[in-house]
Amino acid sequence: MITHALNLETALLLNALSLVVPSATDDGEFHGPSILEFFPDVVLFAGTPFEMNRIMIIRVIALGILALLFWLGTRNMKMVPGKFQSLIEMALDFVRVNIAEDLLGKKDGQRFLPLLTAIFWGVLFMNLTGIIPGMNIAGTSVIGMPLTLAVIAYIAFIYAGVKKHPGAFFKNSLTPPGVPPALYILVTPIEFVSTFILRPITLTLRLMMNMVVGHLLLVLFFAATHFFFFTMEGWWSLFGLGSLAFGIVFTLFEVLIALLQAYIFALLTAVYIQLALAEEH
Amino acid sequence: MLQAIVLAAEEGTAPNPLFPAIYDIVWSLVPFALILLLFWKLVLPRMQKTLEARSEAIEGGIQLAETAQAEAAAALDEYNAQLAEARAEAAKIRDQARADGTKILNELKEQAAAEAARITASAQAQIEAERQAALVSLRSEVGSLAIDLASGVIGESLSDDKRASAIVDRFLAELEAEETAKANK
Repeated sequence: MITHALNLETALLLNALSLVVPSATDDGEFHGPSILEFFPDVVLFAGTPFEMNRIMIIRVIALGILALLFWLGTRNMKMVPGKFQSLIEMALDFVRVNIAEDLLGKKDGQRFLPLLTAIFWGVLFMNLTGIIPGMNIAGTSVIGMPLTLAVIAYIAFIYAGVKKHPGAFFKNSLTPPGVPPALYILVTPIEFVSTFILRPITLTLRLMMNMVVGHLLLVLFFAATHFFFFTMEGWWSLFGLGSLAFGIVFTLFEVLIALLQAYIFALLTAVYIQLALAEEH
Repeated sequence: MLQAIVLAAEEGTAPNPLFPAIYDIVWSLVPFALILLLFWKLVLPRMQKTLEARSEAIEGGIQLAETAQAEAAAALDEYNAQLAEARAEAAKIRDQARADGTKILNELKEQAAAEAARITASAQAQIEAERQAALVSLRSEVGSLAIDLASGVIGESLSDDKRASAIVDRFLAELEAEETAKANK
């Protein structure tokens, strides 16, 4: 939540910046980052529900590469793994051991492993497109993907809870034990909002805003670098060195954010499932 | 940024970043569903199979080693048993040989003793026979000598054999009696 708030703050700061900096017209002027970057022109299938812009294409490419890697890596598995197979096994084991089995135990971890693995690696690959030259935007930075994943996680934990405690899941979730019955009038609405409304919203926004802000920051730094180097003259162009350095540092920082957000998304999905599966609260 | 939104709004295509477009949902759901299916039906079962095969191989290896060890232990036991048996047999053979040796020795000793006894007996018999022979010849010779002597002494011929031998016999009997008396004394 703190990173989230920080990122929102940064977004606001950026907004302010783009107002202060001379406005974006054409030719040599400074081009600030814009919300329209996330809604590029339609490239394919215009007018149908399948219309594609470059972000959708990037998503498909990222997930295609992911599918190809894991398909190739597990196509001909050997008892004694080679280098590539070891890497793929490590990738799968990371989710299996550190997220699924750690939080859900062996049995339930096995049940939800496909979902958690697909979420972690899918989100990570789509996050990483934000810093891949030529793509330069994260597939998860448009709300559709984070929202879809959050809804799937939401369905998953409600399904897990209802299957484990038929009839008692919603009652258990809304009336935590150890609370005087009179206080339920206060606690139940809070529990309802936090469990069934805020969880998918925070999952969605945390991922999306991190990616949006990361993209805006990188655009800002590199646009500023371009502006300082090619438009400003004399000593002003030295600022370009500073903004370039920041751009590079933040690119590396984005790798960390991409990993962290993918991990957090998969981890929180597992935590929600674990809470739903827990015996009588 | 705000200006961009305003600009877009003027064109009537202001996208709200918090409300997904249909194509956005489609291109989220479809690729993710495919990825999920891939992991669910293909990648993770393959991984599971490999892990199981690997742990099976390890367990199999351990079992194989255990079997080999058990076999080795059995072979060692058998070898030890055989060794003990061989030792026992060797001891038995040795005892037998010793017993046989003793028996043979005893037999030989007996035989030797018997032989010795026989030899002794035959020697004694021979001695006795020789003594008898000597006695007989002595008796006749001594008799004739004595008679010769006596005839010489008494001047009387005792050529009458019958009488001579009676005298000699009497003499000898006396002699024997004297000897016997001596011996009895």
